[in-house]
Amino acid sequence: MSQINRLSGGKIDRHQILNFTFDGKTYQGHPGDTLASALLANDVRLMGRSFKYHRPRGVLTAGSEEPNAIVELREGSRQEPNTRATTAELYDGLISKSQNKIGSLRFDLMAVNDRFSNFLTAGFYYKTFMWPSAFWEKFYEPIIRKAAGLGSISLKDDPDDYDRGFLHCDLLIIGAGPAGLAAALTAGRAGAQIIIADEDFSFGGRLNSERFTLGDQSGSDWTGQTVAELSSLPNVRIMARTTVLGAFDHGIFGALERVSDHLLQPAPGKPRQIFWRIYTKGSLLCAGATERPIAFENNDRPGIMLAGAMRSYANRWAVTTARKVAVFTNNDDGHRTAADLHAKGVSIAAVIDIRPDAPQSNDFEVIAGGQIINSRGRLGLKSIDIALPAGGIRQLSCGALGVSGGWNPNIHLTSHHRGRPEWLPDIAAFGPPAKGPAGLRVAGAAKGDLTTSGALNSGTEQANAWLKDLGFVPTAPDLPEAEDAPISITPFWFVKGCKRAWLDQQNDVTVKDVHLAHQENFVSVEHLKRYTTLGMATDQGKTSNMGGLAILAELTGKAIPEVGTTVFRPPYTPTAIGAFAGRDRGTAFRPTRKTPSHAWAEEQGAVFVEVGMWLRAQWFPKEGETDWRQSVDREVLATRKSVGVCDVTTLGKIDVQGADAATFLNKIYCNGFAKLAVGKTRYGLMLREDGIAMDDGTTARLAEDHFVATTTTANAVSVFRHMEFARQCLWPNLDVQLISTTEAWAQYAVAGPNARRLLQKIVDPEFDLSNEAFPFMACANITVCGGLRARLFRISFSGELAYELAVPTHYGDAMIRRLMQAGEEFDAVPYGTEALGVMRIEKGHAAGNELNGTTTALNLGMARMVSKTKDSIGSTLSERSGLKREDALKLVGLRPVNPANPVPAGSHLMSKGDPVDAAHDQGYVTSACFSPNLGHFIALAYVKSGDSRMGEILRLVSPLTGFDHEVEVVSAHFIDPEGERLRA
Amino acid sequence: MIINHPLLGPRDSAEFTYMGDASLIDRPDWKNPQALTQFIDYGYMRDNPAGAHCELWYHEQGDRSFLVVTRDTTTHEIFSVELARDVARSRGRST
Amino acid sequence: MRYSGIRIIKEALTDHKGWTPAWRDAEPQAQYDYIVIGGGGHGLATAYYLARNHGAKKVAVLEKGWIGGGNVGRNTTIIRSNYLLDGNEPFYEHSLKLWEGLEQDLNYNTMVSQRGILNLIHSDAQRDAFTRRGNAMLLNGADADLLSTKTIQKRYPFLNLDNARFPIKGGLAQHRGGTVRHDAVAWGYARAADQLGVDIIQNCEVTGFRIEGGKCLGVETNRGYVAGGKIAACVAGSSSRLMGKANMRLPIESHVLQAFVSEGLKPVLPGVITFGAGHFYCSQSDKGGLVFGGDLDGYNSYAQRGNLPVLEDVCEGAMAIFPMLGRVRLLRMWGGIMDMSMDGSPIIDRTHIDGLYFNGGWCYGGFKATPASGWCYAHLLATDAPHEFARAYRFDRFEKGQMIDEKGVGNNPQLH
Repeated sequence: MSQINRLSGGKIDRHQILNFTFDGKTYQGHPGDTLASALLANDVRLMGRSFKYHRPRGVLTAGSEEPNAIVELREGSRQEPNTRATTAELYDGLISKSQNKIGSLRFDLMAVNDRFSNFLTAGFYYKTFMWPSAFWEKFYEPIIRKAAGLGSISLKDDPDDYDRGFLHCDLLIIGAGPAGLAAALTAGRAGAQIIIADEDFSFGGRLNSERFTLGDQSGSDWTGQTVAELSSLPNVRIMARTTVLGAFDHGIFGALERVSDHLLQPAPGKPRQIFWRIYTKGSLLCAGATERPIAFENNDRPGIMLAGAMRSYANRWAVTTARKVAVFTNNDDGHRTAADLHAKGVSIAAVIDIRPDAPQSNDFEVIAGGQIINSRGRLGLKSIDIALPAGGIRQLSCGALGVSGGWNPNIHLTSHHRGRPEWLPDIAAFGPPAKGPAGLRVAGAAKGDLTTSGALNSGTEQANAWLKDLGFVPTAPDLPEAEDAPISITPFWFVKGCKRAWLDQQNDVTVKDVHLAHQENFVSVEHLKRYTTLGMATDQGKTSNMGGLAILAELTGKAIPEVGTTVFRPPYTPTAIGAFAGRDRGTAFRPTRKTPSHAWAEEQGAVFVEVGMWLRAQWFPKEGETDWRQSVDREVLATRKSVGVCDVTTLGKIDVQGADAATFLNKIYCNGFAKLAVGKTRYGLMLREDGIAMDDGTTARLAEDHFVATTTTANAVSVFRHMEFARQCLWPNLDVQLISTTEAWAQYAVAGPNARRLLQKIVDPEFDLSNEAFPFMACANITVCGGLRARLFRISFSGELAYELAVPTHYGDAMIRRLMQAGEEFDAVPYGTEALGVMRIEKGHAAGNELNGTTTALNLGMARMVSKTKDSIGSTLSERSGLKREDALKLVGLRPVNPANPVPAGSHLMSKGDPVDAAHDQGYVTSACFSPNLGHFIALAYVKSGDSRMGEILRLVSPLTGFDHEVEVVSAHFIDPEGERLRA
Repeated sequence: MIINHPLLGPRDSAEFTYMGDASLIDRPDWKNPQALTQFIDYGYMRDNPAGAHCELWYHEQGDRSFLVVTRDTTTHEIFSVELARDVARSRGRST
Repeated sequence: MRYSGIRIIKEALTDHKGWTPAWRDAEPQAQYDYIVIGGGGHGLATAYYLARNHGAKKVAVLEKGWIGGGNVGRNTTIIRSNYLLDGNEPFYEHSLKLWEGLEQDLNYNTMVSQRGILNLIHSDAQRDAFTRRGNAMLLNGADADLLSTKTIQKRYPFLNLDNARFPIKGGLAQHRGGTVRHDAVAWGYARAADQLGVDIIQNCEVTGFRIEGGKCLGVETNRGYVAGGKIAACVAGSSSRLMGKANMRLPIESHVLQAFVSEGLKPVLPGVITFGAGHFYCSQSDKGGLVFGGDLDGYNSYAQRGNLPVLEDVCEGAMAIFPMLGRVRLLRMWGGIMDMSMDGSPIIDRTHIDGLYFNGGWCYGGFKATPASGWCYAHLLATDAPHEFARAYRFDRFEKGQMIDEKGVGNNPQLH
């Protein structure tokens, strides 16, 4: 029969049937069910296996603290390992599987581990698998790895979307139980902007699980009415299915909203989940409390659960785990479970209360002063053994057992800033630390107010405290009368003498393991945790840590608070990695910057390459070209023969203006700029303060008080930052302003013997481009194409007669088309970054590979550029001895002795005859290419004292890529060393 | 973290780039006979306090101000935020 | 007591009554030959090698909390020796070799798992740089292997090779790299040191140094004064605070580095993989959790916790190369204090105070260095001469302009 364990009542919609499967078998449940409640309704107690011993596992809790009932949810690319059945909302078509087993769940072959558990105690693996030593990697470790782990993933890309969002409020209320709802009502009515969030899909917290009345209403009616009022307030945002997972600095909280996890798949256009960053002035933690178990021998069988959870299943989900149940408790709350289940017609075998003065009942037997000392049932509880107060043992059959060892306030977020929890003796539990995150108050059970009345009142009080601080008028909502039973608890953590009594049910940490850890001196709580893995499972010890502390306390003869606690860390519950990444994945991982000629280049069939965030044309293949080298060689040769055009927009451009602009640049660059004439451009080398070369580029003086500095593409951002630092922090009184204009100007290099003739067709006729009027390194504001404002620089990276023409970005696309059109008669070619690289290597210009953050002006062969007659950033520290070694690396050219050989970048260089090892390293190749002009490979390299080793034959080695041949040290200026072409 | 920008009000720290100890404002005089020693100290040695720390934050995704933020390195609490330019001037950095 | 499989069987059959403490809780004595301040991985290794390699008899390790509670207890467990610069590579290669024999040496299974480390390449310039590095590794006697995109695709089919923002263009692998069970390193060294007579003293905080006439005579602690022949500071994230008690300023800033672990999964990731176009690296622990991390938060901090921007950045990196991880849940995040030096490389050196030595500035590379750091520091302490593999790690390298800057970012500790 279907749902044989379903009771009457509950917050489920019995009119609707939802079909779902677990391990291939189909079951039915209702809206309002979780996977756990629906499985229990169908008399499925066995839901998983434990981590180490593969013990049978069933439901322990009714919430996110669940360590046992964790399954693989969904299938295919949406498969989610380790999903808690206790929080997974049931939907029609839900598919779930048990995990961490070999064979079936009932006959898990790995359960053999349990037979050998005496050999697999805490930390056993640190003591063995060492012989023979070669066996570890090949034999032991693969076995261990295969056995470890819980669920599995599909290896397929996650098909769902995730969003990230930002929310702002006056008061964030975390948890929507009685305390949170009372607080929300109080603050909401006062007009504060509030957000109230709860991880559950249904507001009300414990009110959903109890039979208490609030005034003359049921808990769920009061909740409904309160939520309805809150919904009507425009200043209140209600967020169900939203876990506030961490408290970060300055009132920032992270929260995960599960938008679509209760659906078969997200609705079109909707994300699976949203990760919110909530910025709030105040926050109130009303996260309730978590019940804790009592350790006794074999306390881990399916059917043994927390008493409060048992009550939740009965009252909220109308489910009992079995038709005959027992309760084991050290406090009055456990009796409620028996009473509630009794009221629903479930047979109560007995309430076993460790307290001799336990309250008695007319409805069921109470064994006052009794203790459970063992349980039976291979795949699920069948009976328990009770040590009677008068002596003797009684065996009692039951299919489920509710255990209550008291309640622990959910203070996790209060210690996310590493505050140490404080002991509350009244409830024998840790409460919030004296110093939690600034701006976080606590109310209700999270603070130790375990009664409903206490929760309502403290919620209101704390909300009012916030209202006062935030400048609102406090309100006094009409709180209903509510249950106010005193907390009566006798701390009791474990049954004396128990050994295989589970503390951490997922990781299989037993009382015996804690004893062993103590025996081996792992007595700090952190050592205990790490040695035994107690509390390190997916539930992060929410139900297990206290038991471990209590046993350690007894073993060390200390009180629990003296033993201390480990630190809670975010997230409160495990959270999908995809949610934190949001939409920034795949090609949207980072923005893509495109140059103004991008569309045009695409039309030309360009191959693009990522340069930082930019996409740049790498080369422009022509029909018939089958190899990238063919295209690049052609571009280089055509440019050197006639003319080529290259988009150089990505170079950083910084406008430097003001009366002191020249003074400022004089400090930024190691070489002088004060005397640069208007209309002239100069190459500048910029050092970091530590004397290492930072960046280089040309700077043009367009007016007395106006410069345009260029940077390399890679350093555009960091150079601008560096200049702003110098301007604001070092020389705050200089009259100088900076603005980055990288995106404002589209810039094209026009290079080659016909560059001038091409540009003359573009530049308006009143501007004289002749060599006399506009010589090498000239610059000017001009107009082109009949009046379009432009900037022209006669600078050359290629070593050819060359110009860079800048026009406002909006004209960039038109300009490249115009340039290429004008160039047709000269057979102008577009060239990409590869050809650009080839030509600059041929010319011996340093670039990113040479300016690698460890090289100096001396290494670059520019030592004389560092002016000694002025102060500039880096000039003083560049004088340190280590940066001026006699055998310092110097930038040189290399060519292969056998012209057929490559000279690959990343190779190292050795003196002929020396051993090939690091001790004899003479330098390394920085940049390399095939020079179509020279017909062989060439390279730039740093070589020790390289400038005095011209003509020497070195041994190039690259053991990584298999090269070992001879190269000759030559000048880095392979082409036109006298610079006649660029001055032509 | 939230940095209360003197001109723009509270801003998320993600808009800023951290630029290190505010002692970087106190760049030595290159003409001082001890300049090399002073620059080595300036460049490399840090108080690195556990407690109040004056540090530079650059509003890179904002108005490009350099700020001097005084922040507790043990709690991240921020005590004051000033424009670095004002601080630099008040420490006598002229040109 | 020797650990072995036989021993486990014997103990299991006798109710585990025979296991003894892994290390003794020693009481501080009045005087030691060597006092190592800091019971982290490096401090414990130093004490062990002092006793093992140099026959030191009276050695104490003073730990203010519990041993292994600093960075050795909170890191991403990676070991490798894929360094570029001469000052570093021989040292880290020595470390890797020590890792390879550590289990036998300590008689403690620290689960050294040499399943390789792969640095992905995303641009030609990066390939050039990694080629240079790979060659430097080989020339120093380490192993390195340049992998093609095809090979990577075959070995790691789940990597994002189709629609990546920064396509994978190859990778530099070190097959001897891998991971180690981090806590076990502290415990293994502690146990082995203890067996050689080293006193490990927990809950003993150094509150000051007794320095007379330019010589350090001993340390004041919360458990009284302890005199020492040589005092060896080895306190990682607490370096500036500790050395401040000797009026020393250091070329170090303390920063927070976050790390993350997922829920346990059946094996998916072989070895360590690092993303070359963002801040993300990942491996899978023996227990099944994915252990991953990224960049520093980027501001000075002793708070041992971080903030959301870095968490999000790291997860973006994860999704950029492993889109299969979307539904894997992050279980826990934590932050450690990194003593970031001014060039990204550590210091193992004498101080200007006689008898006071310093080991620190490990940035976030300290874990893999643990054995060699202990080895070389012990050598320095015992002989007063730097070990050949650590001779570049001097205080005065900044003064002399001999920085060891792997990343080439200069004196910006937050960028190393």
